[in-house]
Amino acid sequence: MTLPRATELPIGAVVTEPGSTRRYSTAGWRTLKPVIHDDKCVRCQLCWLYCPEGTIAEVRGVFKVGGRSYDVKYEIIYDHCKGCGICANECPTKAIEMVPEAP
Amino acid sequence: MQIQKTRKIEALTSNYAVAYAVKAADVDVIAVYPITPQTTIVEKLSEFVANGELNAELIHVESEHSALSAVVGASAAGARVFTATSSQGLELAHEVLHIASGMRLPIVMAVPTRAVSAPISIHNDYGDVMNARDVGWVIYIAASAQEVYDTVIQAYRLAERALLPVIVAYDGFLMSHTVEPVELNDEEEVRKFLPRTPRPYTLNPRRPVTMGPLTSPDWYYEFKYQQVLALQEAYKIAKDVDAEYSRAFGRGYGVVEAYRMEDADYAIVTYGGTAYGNAKAAADLARERGIAAGVVRIRLYRPFPTADVLKAISGVKALAVLDRAIMFGGPAEGPLYRDLATAMYMSGLDKPAVNVIHGIGQRTMYVEDLYKIYTMLREGPRKEAVFMGVRI
Ligand code: SF4
Ligand code: SF4
Repeated sequence: MTLPRATELPIGAVVTEPGSTRRYSTAGWRTLKPVIHDDKCVRCQLCWLYCPEGTIAEVRGVFKVGGRSYDVKYEIIYDHCKGCGICANECPTKAIEMVPEAP
Repeated sequence: MQIQKTRKIEALTSNYAVAYAVKAADVDVIAVYPITPQTTIVEKLSEFVANGELNAELIHVESEHSALSAVVGASAAGARVFTATSSQGLELAHEVLHIASGMRLPIVMAVPTRAVSAPISIHNDYGDVMNARDVGWVIYIAASAQEVYDTVIQAYRLAERALLPVIVAYDGFLMSHTVEPVELNDEEEVRKFLPRTPRPYTLNPRRPVTMGPLTSPDWYYEFKYQQVLALQEAYKIAKDVDAEYSRAFGRGYGVVEAYRMEDADYAIVTYGGTAYGNAKAAADLARERGIAAGVVRIRLYRPFPTADVLKAISGVKALAVLDRAIMFGGPAEGPLYRDLATAMYMSGLDKPAVNVIHGIGQRTMYVEDLYKIYTMLREGPRKEAVFMGVRI
């Protein structure tokens, strides 16, 4: 995710577009982002439970991973993940890796 | 622009000089709340508005916090605005100082300076404005009623070009209530000097914008950095505006004023009317007595005119920084001293410099006192600050 530089922003923090909060993302201050390696995930639900932003989605479906079949999968909603790393810390199988955000 | 032919000289206090400059600048909105020693500015402006000499909206508010808030709102709507305060009033408005500069509003505010409580003092020093020196406003400190008049007009041009609020400060009572001859510009000429230029954003129902919004950590830092750049840019703009003003009206001051500095061995660096006047008299006295003495006055205090000050003092053997404010608990108590020491350190200039505090709460400063600073400098370097004029 790339954001505008200081010199590219409207002077005085003016919001020039009415209704722009519809597109409001709270992810811009993230420097590391969580990436779920689905092959290591055992579906324990801990990341989903602990994420303080409620930004991990529990997706229903049929998911075949390495010979096993699951009816659920966890995905990060990157527009709202603030990069706190709690999910990676709590994951018992170290399935979540924190990787640097693109500059 | 032509240098004016007709000379109109009035006997004015610095406060009245402000009011005449504000009238010449044709402001739209003025917020008034009286506080000593600022009151006579808004009294005079009320008179101008009541007499129909100035077509402005005069808002009577219930505090200085409201006064600055009112002009923040009016300025956001695109009006040319003015307010004034001093001492506790400036402290009460402190929160809004940050809002005005963060929203990049070209507000002009006069501050005849006054000591801050407790204990209560209505008399002069620079404790109030020095508390507001790092809030993103441009700060001028003028040294005569004429300069006050000229600076308020310059302030509008700088404010509207840099999109920054500007304080014009000067000695309370010692200047705000004493009368000097002031040459007034032709008002039409001033209005030509201050054209109404459209601002990038104003409150306008046809082009809706949100001003002063909430930002999250992904935006705030960048806007604060914009202010850093704006203040840096304002240094150059202030010099340009002074040069343009001097071409238009025949009077200019620069950002730093030097007196007998060409061949000076010892310098006093200071700000404000009384300190500068007395220091100049002390330099004359010192020269009669065989000391090559000079004075440097900081006129533009924020942004700090580092390059110009360092150039002015580059030839001296030692200098004293005369402060008229105490900032408690720092590595030195004088605010200007701290600025100058930082400027010297960052540019690698190593001059013996002593911090002298004087004139606190309008303690009388004698020319002989300031002469003693030159003899002290000649005797050799000293590290500790000098609290001159205090009973220890
Ligand atoms: S890094 Fe923090 S905010 Fe982002 S998904 Fe993990 S727990 Fe939620
Ligand atoms: S905590 Fe780790 S193992 Fe558990 S559901 Fe989340 S990613 Fe999968």
